[in-house]
Amino acid sequence: MDYFLQQVINGVTLGAVYGLIAIGYTMVYGIIGMINFAHGEIYMIGAFVALLTYFVLGVVGVSYVPLALLLVLLSAMGFTAVYGWTVERLAYRPLRGSFRLAPLISAIGMSIFLQNYVQLLQGARVKTLPPIIDGGFRLTESGGFVVQVSYLQLIIMALTLALMAGFSVMIAATPLGRAQRACEQDMTMAALLGIDVDRTISLTFVLGAALAAVAGVMVTLYYGVIDFFIGFLAGIKAFTAAVLGGIGSLPGAMLGGLLIGLIEAMWSGYFSAEYKDVAVFAILVIVLIFRPSGLLGRPEVEKV
Amino acid sequence: MAAERRAAPARMSLLDPLKDAVVAAAIALALALPLVGFETVDTGSPGTRVATRFGWVAIGVGAVFLGRLALSLARRSGLWRRRAAPRPQARTTTAQTHAIRLAGPLLVLFAAALPFLPFSSRYLVDLATTVLIYIMLGWGLNVVVGLAGLLDLGYVAFYAVGAYSFALVARWFGLTFWEALPVSGLLAASFGLILGFPVLRLRGDYLAIVTLGFGEMVRIILTNWSQVTGGPNGINGIPRPSFLGMPFLPRAPEGAVTFSQFFGIPFSPTQRIVFLYFVILALALITNLFTLRLRRLPIGRAWEALREDEIACRALGIDPTKVKLSAFAIGAMLGGFAGAFFATRQGFISPESFTFQESATILAIVVLGGMGSQMGVVLAAVVLVTLPEFGRAFAEFRMLLFGAAMVAIMVWRPRGLLAQRAPSLRLARPAAEAT
Repeated sequence: MDYFLQQVINGVTLGAVYGLIAIGYTMVYGIIGMINFAHGEIYMIGAFVALLTYFVLGVVGVSYVPLALLLVLLSAMGFTAVYGWTVERLAYRPLRGSFRLAPLISAIGMSIFLQNYVQLLQGARVKTLPPIIDGGFRLTESGGFVVQVSYLQLIIMALTLALMAGFSVMIAATPLGRAQRACEQDMTMAALLGIDVDRTISLTFVLGAALAAVAGVMVTLYYGVIDFFIGFLAGIKAFTAAVLGGIGSLPGAMLGGLLIGLIEAMWSGYFSAEYKDVAVFAILVIVLIFRPSGLLGRPEVEKV
Repeated sequence: MAAERRAAPARMSLLDPLKDAVVAAAIALALALPLVGFETVDTGSPGTRVATRFGWVAIGVGAVFLGRLALSLARRSGLWRRRAAPRPQARTTTAQTHAIRLAGPLLVLFAAALPFLPFSSRYLVDLATTVLIYIMLGWGLNVVVGLAGLLDLGYVAFYAVGAYSFALVARWFGLTFWEALPVSGLLAASFGLILGFPVLRLRGDYLAIVTLGFGEMVRIILTNWSQVTGGPNGINGIPRPSFLGMPFLPRAPEGAVTFSQFFGIPFSPTQRIVFLYFVILALALITNLFTLRLRRLPIGRAWEALREDEIACRALGIDPTKVKLSAFAIGAMLGGFAGAFFATRQGFISPESFTFQESATILAIVVLGGMGSQMGVVLAAVVLVTLPEFGRAFAEFRMLLFGAAMVAIMVWRPRGLLAQRAPSLRLARPAAEAT
């Protein structure tokens, strides 16, 4: 039971990270109907910016931890958002109205490019970060097995909750959110009604990138190890989360992320850690076969 | 009127291009500052030093500023005008088509003569063998991506299945290369059917992700299922192919005659390399003829029709799942053959040869060459495989360039460098009607 509880705590932490990345997939898919294959790489860039900012702050002499973390978070979100904007502007916007596979192939090219870009600039070796936030709460202790929630895990969960709440409000009640929902329903009509569609799509990418950057910061702090390849697997898993929750649906992305995180933690806790990625892929396939619209999504009707 | 309108922007102040260039430079600065400007350096002891590279940032930002400024000035003065509308169908002209048609036989002749040419060397033949493996993989994937329009990001899975099934069949049942080759092709094809059956009903972009997942799953299973696949250590001692039962060995094993003994020539290891080269050349040419024939059969025409419009196909009574499945299985089979050849050539295989990087390379070959174009695949494979041989810098920047080239091709020439999107068959039209 204690072991189970510990796995739940770990799984929810992991799920928060996947959920934040999944939002980027689901928003972009909702509006322009494409899988932003390079989104995993955006998350990876967020992690690298966070790591570099942390070290630079150390050089500059910012040693007060909460301030340093806040600056790391803001810098990662800001710089990564610029990457998200640029990727959309260079690789996707010129392709609107091109043939079906064009944006996807362009996205794969972008993903390969960004991976190698970071590898060439920052080296192929693993980057490590010393643990910044130590300690945690001990929940229960029995027979030598301690169930604990680290402060970092609590911060990750709280930050994710806050971001998701803020995000839901933004989609529901701000002009930008309304514009996004309008574009999602009918881009041409939205344009006729005076919505700047290009700007809305750009902002969607910017927001998605900023959330992915937050996930990148969390992973950098949580695991303390990153390399240029982390975006690949995290990207697939977050995409699986988005599909599981119902692609295009925001609450679905959060739910899907949570479930994928839990499943991964349980699988590596009770079965084998080697096959945990296989388990996630298998879920993706099963969901797509039996319930392509996901848990909370609307079924998709293809029209002529 | 139209001329006036076109001239109007030129009269506006020069400030606008400048402003535009400043904005572009600011964005470039934001992009470059964290990742280019700083680099972590491991000092060995616990503690990471940060090195700065502001010079690079300055160069990059300056280049973007000047480039953007030059571009908008050129656009303004009318020297370089943006095309009015993107041309979705960049058709090759008849002259180009003729040139391509002529180039084919010439290339085959050149390829057949390559090992005997005066400048040829063992290294060159070996490199050409690698190029041919990728050409074959490219042609195999071309059936799936170029003809049927299904984006397969896990093609390397079939390559791996071909290689491993060849290695395992050869080891357990003692089959020779020629006996095991069809087996591995069939196994890869049935693997393609099993994978394809549940997922081919999905929309194009879902299919891409699922195949990507499959590719990774196969690699993870190969790495972890040590009892069968040897795990990360792979399988070695895979049998080499023989020429009509005559092995390429310095000394004959019992009851056998080696190739060099039979022909009464001194043994040289080059013989095997040249022989392997001809094997893959033959396999690749058969693949090419096979797919070219398939394109003219009803099934090939159904692939192309499905690529263009799935709903129209359904209305015409084509079963999309069956048609897609056949493309998937045939593509998988060709990949399996290539995998078997790869295994016998290396004599050793491990999961490391079958990463996503490999899938991406094959996909890049197909995309850059022009989806559906056989000659384009050849060109792209030659460029992509030989590029790293020109120097370390090329090897390092290879994948970076691939990625950028894939984006650029999609933006400027969506049909690939050698576009051949036109259907393989057309209805003959009366001359009067053709306009």
